[in-house]
Amino acid sequence: MIYLKLLWSFLQIGLFSIGGGYAAIPLIQNQVVDRNGWLSMSEFADLITIAEMTPGPIAINSATFVGIRIAGVPGALIATFGSVLPSVIIVLTLAYIYGKYQNLVIMQGILSGLRPAVVAFITSAGISLFFLAIWGEEARTYNIEGINPVAAILFASALFVLRKFKVNPVFVMFGTGILGMIVYLGVRHP
Amino acid sequence: MKNEKSIYLKLFTSTFQLSAFTFGGGFVIVPLMKKKFVDKLKWINEQEMLDITAIAQSSPGAIAVNAAILLGYRIAGFAGAMVTILGTILPPLLIISVISLFYAAFRDNIIVNAILKGMQAGIAAVIIDVSLTMIGGIVKPRKLLPILMMVGAFTAVFFFKVSVVYLILICGLLGAVSMIIAAKQGRNME
Repeated sequence: MIYLKLLWSFLQIGLFSIGGGYAAIPLIQNQVVDRNGWLSMSEFADLITIAEMTPGPIAINSATFVGIRIAGVPGALIATFGSVLPSVIIVLTLAYIYGKYQNLVIMQGILSGLRPAVVAFITSAGISLFFLAIWGEEARTYNIEGINPVAAILFASALFVLRKFKVNPVFVMFGTGILGMIVYLGVRHP
Repeated sequence: MKNEKSIYLKLFTSTFQLSAFTFGGGFVIVPLMKKKFVDKLKWINEQEMLDITAIAQSSPGAIAVNAAILLGYRIAGFAGAMVTILGTILPPLLIISVISLFYAAFRDNIIVNAILKGMQAGIAAVIIDVSLTMIGGIVKPRKLLPILMMVGAFTAVFFFKVSVVYLILICGLLGAVSMIIAAKQGRNME
Protein backbone atom coordinates (compact mmCIF):
# COMPACT_ATOMS: atom_id res chain seq x y z
CA MET A 1 0.00 0.00 0.00
CA ILE A 2 1.33 3.35 -1.06
CA TYR A 3 0.65 5.18 2.24
CA LEU A 4 2.56 2.58 4.21
CA LYS A 5 5.44 2.71 1.73
CA LEU A 6 5.61 6.49 2.03
CA LEU A 7 5.47 6.31 5.80
CA TRP A 8 8.20 3.65 5.96
CA SER A 9 10.50 5.50 3.53
CA PHE A 10 10.25 8.83 5.30
CA LEU A 11 10.57 7.20 8.72
CA GLN A 12 13.96 5.91 7.55
CA ILE A 13 14.91 9.32 6.17
CA GLY A 14 13.97 10.94 9.49
CA LEU A 15 15.75 8.29 11.52
CA PHE A 16 19.03 8.18 9.63
CA SER A 17 19.65 11.78 8.61
CA ILE A 18 21.97 13.02 11.33
CA GLY A 19 23.70 16.37 11.14
CA GLY A 20 21.24 18.70 9.48
CA GLY A 21 19.85 19.56 6.07
CA TYR A 22 22.52 18.40 3.65
CA ALA A 23 22.82 15.06 5.41
CA ALA A 24 19.22 14.28 4.47
CA ILE A 25 19.79 14.76 0.73
CA PRO A 26 21.59 11.46 0.00
CA LEU A 27 19.03 9.55 2.07
CA ILE A 28 16.17 11.16 0.20
CA GLN A 29 17.83 10.34 -3.11
CA ASN A 30 18.38 6.76 -1.96
CA GLN A 31 14.73 6.24 -0.97
CA VAL A 32 12.86 8.37 -3.46
CA VAL A 33 14.92 7.94 -6.66
CA ASP A 34 16.99 4.76 -6.35
CA ARG A 35 14.69 2.47 -4.38
CA ASN A 36 11.13 3.49 -5.08
CA GLY A 37 11.44 5.41 -8.35
CA TRP A 38 8.96 8.04 -7.15
CA LEU A 39 11.00 10.81 -8.78
CA SER A 40 13.43 10.84 -11.68
CA MET A 41 16.92 12.18 -10.97
CA SER A 42 15.94 15.38 -12.76
CA GLU A 43 12.78 15.84 -10.66
CA PHE A 44 14.90 15.14 -7.59
CA ALA A 45 17.27 17.95 -8.59
CA ASP A 46 14.24 20.24 -8.98
CA LEU A 47 13.03 19.20 -5.55
CA ILE A 48 16.37 20.04 -3.92
CA THR A 49 16.40 23.36 -5.78
CA ILE A 50 12.90 24.20 -4.56
CA ALA A 51 13.76 23.07 -1.02
CA GLU A 52 16.84 25.30 -0.98
CA MET A 53 14.84 28.32 -2.08
CA THR A 54 11.93 27.93 0.30
CA PRO A 55 11.95 28.04 4.09
CA GLY A 56 11.82 24.88 6.13
CA PRO A 57 13.95 21.75 6.56
CA ILE A 58 14.79 19.79 3.40
CA ALA A 59 13.35 16.56 4.84
CA ILE A 60 9.96 18.20 5.47
CA ASN A 61 9.98 19.90 2.07
CA SER A 62 10.78 16.60 0.36
CA ALA A 63 8.19 14.66 2.32
CA THR A 64 5.50 17.12 1.30
CA PHE A 65 6.64 17.29 -2.33
CA VAL A 66 6.95 13.54 -2.84
CA GLY A 67 3.88 12.71 -0.75
CA ILE A 68 1.59 15.06 -2.65
CA ARG A 69 2.83 13.85 -6.05
CA ILE A 70 2.49 10.18 -5.20
CA ALA A 71 -0.67 10.14 -3.09
CA GLY A 72 -2.15 13.64 -2.87
CA VAL A 73 -2.63 15.64 0.32
CA PRO A 74 -3.00 12.57 2.57
CA GLY A 75 0.29 11.33 1.13
CA ALA A 76 1.97 14.62 2.01
CA LEU A 77 0.66 14.49 5.57
CA ILE A 78 1.69 10.86 6.08
CA ALA A 79 5.19 11.36 4.63
CA THR A 80 5.72 14.47 6.75
CA PHE A 81 4.48 12.66 9.84
CA GLY A 82 6.89 9.82 9.08
CA SER A 83 9.84 12.16 8.74
CA VAL A 84 9.32 13.86 12.12
CA LEU A 85 8.22 10.86 14.21
CA PRO A 86 11.76 9.53 14.88
CA SER A 87 12.81 13.03 15.94
CA VAL A 88 9.99 13.31 18.45
CA ILE A 89 10.76 9.98 20.08
CA ILE A 90 14.55 10.22 20.08
CA VAL A 91 14.89 13.89 20.97
CA LEU A 92 12.50 13.64 23.92
CA THR A 93 14.27 10.49 25.16
CA LEU A 94 17.67 12.17 24.84
CA ALA A 95 16.41 15.29 26.60
CA TYR A 96 15.32 13.04 29.45
CA ILE A 97 18.63 11.14 29.63
CA TYR A 98 20.84 14.14 28.89
CA GLY A 99 21.01 15.47 32.44
CA LYS A 100 22.22 12.10 33.72
CA TYR A 101 24.85 11.13 31.16
CA GLN A 102 26.11 14.40 29.79
CA ASN A 103 29.46 13.04 28.62
CA LEU A 104 28.33 9.69 27.43
CA VAL A 105 31.42 8.26 25.70
CA ILE A 106 29.45 5.90 23.48
CA MET A 107 27.20 8.69 22.17
CA GLN A 108 30.21 10.85 21.31
CA GLY A 109 31.85 7.86 19.64
CA ILE A 110 28.81 7.14 17.50
CA LEU A 111 28.66 10.76 16.38
CA SER A 112 32.37 10.86 15.58
CA GLY A 113 31.94 7.72 13.48
CA LEU A 114 28.95 9.13 11.63
CA ARG A 115 30.63 12.35 10.60
CA PRO A 116 32.95 10.85 7.93
CA ALA A 117 30.08 8.71 6.62
CA VAL A 118 27.78 11.71 6.30
CA VAL A 119 30.49 13.61 4.41
CA ALA A 120 30.88 10.63 2.06
CA PHE A 121 27.13 10.48 1.40
CA ILE A 122 26.85 14.20 0.69
CA THR A 123 29.80 13.97 -1.69
CA SER A 124 28.15 11.06 -3.46
CA ALA A 125 24.87 12.98 -3.84
CA GLY A 126 26.82 16.03 -5.04
CA ILE A 127 28.58 14.02 -7.74
CA SER A 128 25.28 12.47 -8.92
CA LEU A 129 23.82 15.97 -9.23
CA PHE A 130 26.98 17.09 -11.03
CA PHE A 131 26.64 14.26 -13.58
CA LEU A 132 22.98 15.09 -14.05
CA ALA A 133 23.71 18.77 -14.65
CA ILE A 134 26.62 18.24 -17.03
CA TRP A 135 25.54 15.16 -19.02
CA GLY A 136 21.76 15.14 -18.61
CA GLU A 137 19.30 12.49 -17.52
CA GLU A 138 19.64 10.04 -20.40
CA ALA A 139 23.45 9.82 -20.49
CA ARG A 140 24.82 6.29 -20.18
CA THR A 141 28.47 7.09 -20.73
CA TYR A 142 30.26 10.15 -19.44
CA ASN A 143 32.70 11.31 -22.12
CA ILE A 144 33.86 14.73 -23.29
CA GLU A 145 31.55 14.86 -26.31
CA GLY A 146 28.50 14.46 -24.08
CA ILE A 147 29.28 17.50 -21.93
CA ASN A 148 26.76 20.30 -22.00
CA PRO A 149 29.13 23.31 -22.29
CA VAL A 150 26.60 25.81 -20.90
CA ALA A 151 26.02 23.70 -17.78
CA ALA A 152 29.76 23.11 -17.36
CA ILE A 153 30.50 26.84 -17.43
CA LEU A 154 27.58 27.62 -15.09
CA PHE A 155 28.75 24.92 -12.68
CA ALA A 156 32.37 26.06 -12.70
CA SER A 157 31.52 29.72 -12.17
CA ALA A 158 28.97 28.91 -9.45
CA LEU A 159 31.50 26.78 -7.59
CA PHE A 160 34.15 29.48 -7.98
CA VAL A 161 31.85 32.17 -6.57
CA LEU A 162 30.82 29.91 -3.67
CA ARG A 163 34.39 28.95 -2.73
CA LYS A 164 35.88 32.37 -3.22
CA PHE A 165 33.25 34.74 -1.85
CA LYS A 166 31.15 32.49 0.45
CA VAL A 167 27.92 33.93 -0.94
CA ASN A 168 24.50 32.69 0.11
CA PRO A 169 23.63 29.58 -2.00
CA VAL A 170 20.20 31.03 -2.76
CA PHE A 171 21.79 33.87 -4.75
CA VAL A 172 23.97 31.43 -6.67
CA MET A 173 20.91 29.43 -7.62
CA PHE A 174 18.98 32.48 -8.71
CA GLY A 175 22.02 33.54 -10.73
CA THR A 176 22.43 30.21 -12.52
CA GLY A 177 18.65 30.09 -13.07
CA ILE A 178 18.57 33.49 -14.76
CA LEU A 179 21.72 32.84 -16.83
CA GLY A 180 20.34 29.43 -17.78
CA MET A 181 17.10 30.99 -18.93
CA ILE A 182 18.90 33.58 -21.08
CA VAL A 183 21.34 31.13 -22.65
CA TYR A 184 19.03 28.14 -23.18
CA LEU A 185 16.20 30.23 -24.58
CA GLY A 186 18.68 32.24 -26.65
CA VAL A 187 20.10 29.02 -28.10
CA ARG A 188 16.67 27.70 -28.95
CA HIS A 189 15.45 30.98 -30.50
CA PRO A 190 18.52 32.78 -31.80
CA MET B 1 3.07 32.95 34.81
CA LYS B 2 0.48 33.65 32.17
CA ASN B 3 -2.38 31.27 31.59
CA GLU B 4 -1.71 28.09 29.62
CA LYS B 5 -3.67 28.92 26.50
CA SER B 6 -1.71 32.07 25.83
CA ILE B 7 1.58 30.19 26.26
CA TYR B 8 0.57 27.61 23.67
CA LEU B 9 -0.59 30.33 21.32
CA LYS B 10 2.64 32.27 21.74
CA LEU B 11 4.69 29.09 21.21
CA PHE B 12 2.75 28.35 18.04
CA THR B 13 2.96 31.83 16.54
CA SER B 14 6.66 32.18 17.41
CA THR B 15 7.72 28.88 15.85
CA PHE B 16 5.40 29.41 12.89
CA GLN B 17 6.95 32.80 12.12
CA LEU B 18 10.49 31.53 12.57
CA SER B 19 9.86 28.57 10.30
CA ALA B 20 8.02 30.58 7.64
CA PHE B 21 10.68 33.25 7.23
CA THR B 22 13.94 31.43 7.85
CA PHE B 23 15.86 30.35 4.78
CA GLY B 24 18.94 28.20 5.09
CA GLY B 25 18.02 25.42 7.50
CA GLY B 26 18.89 24.46 11.04
CA PHE B 27 22.11 26.37 11.49
CA VAL B 28 20.26 29.61 10.76
CA ILE B 29 17.04 28.99 12.64
CA VAL B 30 18.64 27.95 15.94
CA PRO B 31 20.32 31.33 16.59
CA LEU B 32 17.01 33.02 15.75
CA MET B 33 15.24 30.77 18.24
CA LYS B 34 17.74 31.86 20.85
CA LYS B 35 17.01 35.49 20.09
CA LYS B 36 13.28 34.92 20.43
CA PHE B 37 13.04 32.58 23.43
CA VAL B 38 16.11 33.57 25.45
CA ASP B 39 16.66 37.27 24.74
CA LYS B 40 13.14 38.47 24.02
CA LEU B 41 10.65 36.24 25.84
CA LYS B 42 13.14 35.09 28.53
CA TRP B 43 11.34 31.74 28.83
CA ILE B 44 14.59 29.77 28.99
CA ASN B 45 18.16 30.78 29.80
CA GLU B 46 21.29 30.77 27.67
CA GLN B 47 22.67 27.49 29.07
CA GLU B 48 19.41 25.65 28.40
CA MET B 49 19.47 26.93 24.83
CA LEU B 50 23.03 25.60 24.41
CA ASP B 51 21.93 22.20 25.69
CA ILE B 52 18.95 22.24 23.33
CA THR B 53 21.22 23.08 20.40
CA ALA B 54 23.65 20.29 21.28
CA ILE B 55 20.91 17.66 21.49
CA ALA B 56 19.16 18.97 18.36
CA GLN B 57 22.37 18.75 16.33
CA SER B 58 23.35 15.30 17.48
CA SER B 59 19.94 13.68 17.05
CA PRO B 60 18.48 12.28 13.86
CA GLY B 61 16.16 14.45 11.81
CA ALA B 62 15.98 18.12 10.92
CA ILE B 63 17.78 20.38 13.39
CA ALA B 64 15.01 22.98 13.28
CA VAL B 65 12.36 20.38 14.15
CA ASN B 66 14.50 18.86 16.90
CA ALA B 67 15.18 22.25 18.47
CA ALA B 68 11.49 23.16 18.28
CA ILE B 69 10.49 19.91 20.02
CA LEU B 70 12.98 20.53 22.84
CA LEU B 71 11.95 24.16 23.27
CA GLY B 72 8.27 23.29 23.40
CA TYR B 73 8.90 20.45 25.82
CA ARG B 74 11.07 22.59 28.10
CA ILE B 75 8.56 25.44 28.20
CA ALA B 76 5.21 23.65 28.26
CA GLY B 77 5.75 19.87 28.47
CA PHE B 78 4.61 17.30 25.93
CA ALA B 79 1.69 19.43 24.71
CA GLY B 80 4.12 22.29 24.22
CA ALA B 81 6.32 20.05 22.07
CA MET B 82 3.33 19.09 19.91
CA VAL B 83 2.45 22.77 19.45
CA THR B 84 5.99 23.77 18.43
CA ILE B 85 6.28 20.83 16.00
CA LEU B 86 3.06 21.95 14.34
CA GLY B 87 4.28 25.53 14.18
CA THR B 88 7.55 24.42 12.61
CA ILE B 89 6.27 21.97 10.00
CA LEU B 90 3.11 23.79 8.88
CA PRO B 91 4.83 26.58 6.89
CA PRO B 92 6.97 24.27 4.71
CA LEU B 93 4.02 21.86 4.38
CA LEU B 94 1.76 24.63 3.05
CA ILE B 95 4.38 26.31 0.86
CA ILE B 96 5.57 23.10 -0.79
CA SER B 97 2.01 21.85 -1.30
CA VAL B 98 1.20 24.99 -3.28
CA ILE B 99 4.47 24.78 -5.22
CA SER B 100 4.00 21.13 -6.13
CA LEU B 101 0.57 21.91 -7.58
CA PHE B 102 2.21 24.54 -9.79
CA TYR B 103 5.21 22.35 -10.50
CA ALA B 104 3.25 19.76 -12.46
CA ALA B 105 1.71 22.49 -14.61
CA PHE B 106 4.82 24.60 -15.15
CA ARG B 107 7.63 22.03 -15.49
CA ASP B 108 6.96 21.76 -19.23
CA ASN B 109 6.86 25.51 -19.77
CA ILE B 110 9.99 26.33 -21.80
CA ILE B 111 10.96 29.32 -19.65
CA VAL B 112 10.60 27.45 -16.35
CA ASN B 113 12.38 24.50 -17.92
CA ALA B 114 15.34 26.69 -18.94
CA ILE B 115 15.53 28.27 -15.46
CA LEU B 116 15.45 24.88 -13.71
CA LYS B 117 18.06 23.52 -16.11
CA GLY B 118 20.33 26.44 -15.24
CA MET B 119 19.68 25.89 -11.55
CA GLN B 120 20.68 22.21 -11.82
CA ALA B 121 24.23 23.38 -12.40
CA GLY B 122 23.85 25.78 -9.46
CA ILE B 123 22.56 23.18 -7.00
CA ALA B 124 25.32 20.75 -8.02
CA ALA B 125 27.85 23.51 -7.24
CA VAL B 126 26.18 24.24 -3.88
CA ILE B 127 26.31 20.60 -2.75
CA ILE B 128 29.88 20.09 -4.03
CA ASP B 129 30.91 23.28 -2.19
CA VAL B 130 29.41 21.97 1.07
CA SER B 131 31.06 18.60 0.60
CA LEU B 132 34.49 20.14 -0.13
CA THR B 133 34.30 22.15 3.09
CA MET B 134 33.25 19.06 5.06
CA ILE B 135 35.98 16.88 3.49
CA GLY B 136 38.45 19.53 4.63
CA GLY B 137 37.09 19.18 8.17
CA ILE B 138 37.64 15.39 8.12
CA VAL B 139 41.12 15.45 6.52
CA LYS B 140 42.58 18.36 8.47
CA PRO B 141 43.09 16.65 11.89
CA ARG B 142 45.19 14.03 10.00
CA LYS B 143 43.65 11.07 11.76
CA LEU B 144 43.69 7.88 9.74
CA LEU B 145 40.44 6.21 10.83
CA PRO B 146 37.98 8.99 9.88
CA ILE B 147 39.68 9.45 6.50
CA LEU B 148 39.54 5.71 5.78
CA MET B 149 35.89 5.58 6.86
CA MET B 150 35.05 8.50 4.60
CA VAL B 151 36.76 6.97 1.56
CA GLY B 152 35.28 3.54 2.32
CA ALA B 153 31.74 4.88 2.79
CA PHE B 154 32.02 6.91 -0.41
CA THR B 155 33.21 3.92 -2.44
CA ALA B 156 30.46 1.72 -1.01
CA VAL B 157 27.63 4.15 -1.66
CA PHE B 158 28.78 5.68 -4.94
CA PHE B 159 30.20 2.71 -6.81
CA PHE B 160 28.49 -0.25 -5.16
CA LYS B 161 25.16 1.39 -4.28
CA VAL B 162 25.28 -0.06 -0.75
CA SER B 163 22.33 1.11 1.35
CA VAL B 164 23.07 4.28 3.32
CA VAL B 165 21.30 2.79 6.33
CA TYR B 166 23.78 -0.11 6.69
CA LEU B 167 26.74 2.22 6.32
CA ILE B 168 25.40 4.54 9.02
CA LEU B 169 24.98 1.60 11.40
CA ILE B 170 28.50 0.27 10.63
CA CYS B 171 30.19 3.67 10.94
CA GLY B 172 28.32 4.51 14.15
CA LEU B 173 29.46 1.19 15.62
CA LEU B 174 33.08 1.70 14.50
CA GLY B 175 33.07 5.20 16.00
CA ALA B 176 31.70 3.95 19.32
CA VAL B 177 34.24 1.09 19.53
CA SER B 178 37.21 3.32 18.68
CA MET B 179 36.10 5.92 21.23
CA ILE B 180 35.77 3.29 23.98
CA ILE B 181 39.23 1.87 23.13
CA ALA B 182 40.71 5.38 23.16
CA ALA B 183 39.07 6.09 26.52
CA LYS B 184 40.48 2.83 27.99
CA GLN B 185 43.97 3.55 26.71
CA GLY B 186 43.78 7.05 28.16
CA ARG B 187 42.90 5.57 31.52
CA ASN B 188 45.77 3.03 31.40
CA MET B 189 48.26 5.80 30.69
CA GLU B 190 47.43 7.64 33.88
